[in-house]
Amino acid sequence: MKLRLTLNGTARQLDVHPMRRLLDVLRADLALTGSKEGCGEGECGACTVLIDGEPVNSCLVPVAQAADHEVVTVEHLADEALMSDVQAALVEFGGTQCGICTPGIAVCATVALEREPDASRERLRELLAGNLCRCTGYQLIIDALADAQAARAAAARGHGAERGTGHPGATAS
Amino acid sequence: MTESNGSQRSVGDSPPRVDGTGKVTGAALYVDDLPVPGAWHGRTVRSTVPHGILRAIRLDADFDWSQVVVVTAEDIPGRNLITLIVDDQPALVPLGGTIRHVEEAVAVVVAPTRAAALEASRHVTLEVDALPSIHDLDAALAAAVRLHGDDNVQKRLEIHRDDADIDAVLAACDHVVEGVYTTGAQEQMYIETQGMVARWEDGRCHVVGSLQCPYYVHTALKPLLALGDDEVIVGQAVTGGGFGGKEEYPSMLAAHAALASLKTGRPVKLIYDRGEDIAVTTKRHPARVRHRLGLRADGTLVAADVDVLIDGGAYVTLSPVVLSRAILHATGPYRIPHVRVVGRSMATNTPPHGAFRGFGAPQTTFAYERQMAKAAVRVGMDPIAFRRHNLLRDGDTTATGQVLSGSVGSDAVVDALEQALEAEPPTPATRFGTLSAPVRRGRGLAVCFHGAGFTGSGEARLMGRATVAALPTGGFEVRSSSTDIGQGALTIFTQIAAQALGVDPVHVHIAQASTDRVPDSGPTVASRTCMVVGRVVEQAATALRERLETWGRSASSAAPAASTASTASAPPTAPTPAPGTAAGAGAHDVLALARRHLDQVGEVAETRTYEPPAGVAWDDDTYTGSAYPVFGWAACLVDLAVDEDSLEVTVERCLHAIDVGRAIHPRIVKGQIEGGTLQALGWALWESVPYADGRVANPSMTDCIIPTSSDAPELETILVEVPYAYGPHGAKGVGEIPMDGPAAAVASALEQALGVACDELPLLPEVLQRLVAQGGAASIGASS
Repeated sequence: MKLRLTLNGTARQLDVHPMRRLLDVLRADLALTGSKEGCGEGECGACTVLIDGEPVNSCLVPVAQAADHEVVTVEHLADEALMSDVQAALVEFGGTQCGICTPGIAVCATVALEREPDASRERLRELLAGNLCRCTGYQLIIDALADAQAARAAAARGHGAERGTGHPGATAS
Repeated sequence: MTESNGSQRSVGDSPPRVDGTGKVTGAALYVDDLPVPGAWHGRTVRSTVPHGILRAIRLDADFDWSQVVVVTAEDIPGRNLITLIVDDQPALVPLGGTIRHVEEAVAVVVAPTRAAALEASRHVTLEVDALPSIHDLDAALAAAVRLHGDDNVQKRLEIHRDDADIDAVLAACDHVVEGVYTTGAQEQMYIETQGMVARWEDGRCHVVGSLQCPYYVHTALKPLLALGDDEVIVGQAVTGGGFGGKEEYPSMLAAHAALASLKTGRPVKLIYDRGEDIAVTTKRHPARVRHRLGLRADGTLVAADVDVLIDGGAYVTLSPVVLSRAILHATGPYRIPHVRVVGRSMATNTPPHGAFRGFGAPQTTFAYERQMAKAAVRVGMDPIAFRRHNLLRDGDTTATGQVLSGSVGSDAVVDALEQALEAEPPTPATRFGTLSAPVRRGRGLAVCFHGAGFTGSGEARLMGRATVAALPTGGFEVRSSSTDIGQGALTIFTQIAAQALGVDPVHVHIAQASTDRVPDSGPTVASRTCMVVGRVVEQAATALRERLETWGRSASSAAPAASTASTASAPPTAPTPAPGTAAGAGAHDVLALARRHLDQVGEVAETRTYEPPAGVAWDDDTYTGSAYPVFGWAACLVDLAVDEDSLEVTVERCLHAIDVGRAIHPRIVKGQIEGGTLQALGWALWESVPYADGRVANPSMTDCIIPTSSDAPELETILVEVPYAYGPHGAKGVGEIPMDGPAAAVASALEQALGVACDELPLLPEVLQRLVAQGGAASIGASS
């Protein structure tokens, strides 16, 4: 069937079987391979994308459900820049190792920091609990997000240039 | 952006990973992301019984096979074996051949889409004459079913420290502590499943995949396909985690993909889904360790008698070397004058167990550190004081007769742990508040060591090589077969080479680990990549810089007519030059010299081969000598709380002090330690792989769980640096040691909290409930 959606800021029309997984359409038809399949059953979060700003496991979403909605993948987190502040912090703080979970983490963390800018480390752990990482033990991921959080808070207070822990991605978004 | 780093950034700093940007933006291409025009997809057809004789492969007559190719053993042009230590495992079971485990591959169906291949695989049926099967250590020992020789022993290894009668020595001890420690299988659960792409071009087989060891696959494919060295090309795609799980099993996928590509005449993608990956690929060996420890009343260790059993599964695969590492670590970092260790790897009708971070050492470490915890209680000593009383130190001798000399961080890690304990804990103890009932708390300790690099004479046999070359496009390239599987090899090799060359890291590129482009540096395993191959990279880079500088001084006009490549072996006796000395001549000079050399003489490269330090001698027959060139050392402390009703465990604090020699990239090292620590906590508390009749009973991420960010405690990591003279800048192996200690610390903490012996893993709530019921501890676990 033909369906329309907004994908990474661009209106698209697709001719696809409505029950195909959004993940497969993104990866196979649209060559957006940043979203990964780790389990195919909504456990690992490596395929996380945003639908109308809500993080979802794209392996569980029939593409028809994305019709007339706005889909954002990891490839578009930074708009025109190479990396968003969250992505840059993940690199800077060692929050990515093998990297296969990282796109999902980056997408989920972007929403987490927007919705709960003051989340504690413990709360950040809860917000990220749907994204499995086998490499890091999560410590450096949480460190990265806490730093991005602090940088945003400092920027909001007008002290963006005086970040104590400053990482080079701070100016990316 | 993050990669425009300054020239001052190098060894000892933590610059952003060189592969970081591609990974966080989704640009990095893993095997299933590679565009492969015209590729068909494979699906493996497997046995349905754990043991039997394959009589026939039937294709459903009502199914449309016109768009499907079926590959069987008959399509193998060479030898139907996966080459490894003992060549006993077929790539595909032939008609009339023996099926030895329930996931054994019999055929590969290939179709234009993944879905079509899966559907076709469901229309293949096997006729098998089933045989009786065995699925655990006891059945293997009973040998009513014989799978390997007369006794199902795949490998037996022994260590005898001396000629003393160990039973008599134990009988004369003031105390004997005895225990039996069982540990379960553990799934690596890399988040990227295994996958491989194969294609044929000009009579050559090209394979790219998710893998740790390209030359292992190369070695396996040549005899299978009856091809020569240059006719098989194996490359690594960006790899989404390995932890040992992608050490040897990728040879099986590569065999299947290559055969499928050969028969179809098309590129073939073979990507496992998660269920298949969990069910069929290798796991940590289930083990049972019986440990007797004799000591004097003052707490001095006198004797250890250890019996180690591991379940090797249906084929020998890597079990002999896993067993070797298990027994070499069986008495721990302690002075024990009388030692007997006997290890056996047993054959069962279970998919073969294999490499997983730690490689046998975590199983025996669990046993000996539980023993040490019990022994300290028995003699009434503080757990730390008891260990200090018996720790190996510089100049002491290990169970195999190895005299420790240099980089012995045993005291240093315990010191670091104690200092951290004296300071205030950085986070409140009660993190989650999910524990509803009254809780009991406990504290556990583990001290351990881990041999870095290959066991025994392994490194001398491997002769790992690496090349550093000046590129025609400017800058330098490091060529090695060491793969980056997340542990940071690309970044640390960049740092090491840049510093040795005296150039900014932006001028160093790491070649893709493909067998047509890089020399064999040995496999990416055994905590050896930084320490062993990193040193060879450093030597090659240093040699290249010196060669260019010499040429530059001597040849303002007349260039030397030397060959364009050198393969000398640098003597390993000279310690690494001090950091920073290489950069003295100035970055521009070496870069400019390389460019001039390319213009005037041609390409220039230096290759070096690893040589173990002098004095590292090992005797495989007597199992005596230097088991490892050097050891890493670790001390781990766990505080936990147990819900009295549900017996759920919350790890409230986990401190890990590890002697890494020197941290080339402290943040990457920290990440390695923390990742390994959480895998160890998972093995101890949450991760379970039950089998039913030789088949994994929980082959999904929903059921085969690993820790989430909410399960993980705040991990407190302390890097201790006791430099190793023969590692790059003092570095030694760190990849595996964080896996070894935490499980014993968890079990000892639980024993303290609950008052019952916790001698098996994983310590799931239902296991604790059974232990509590057996131990008669009242009022615990009552409502569960």
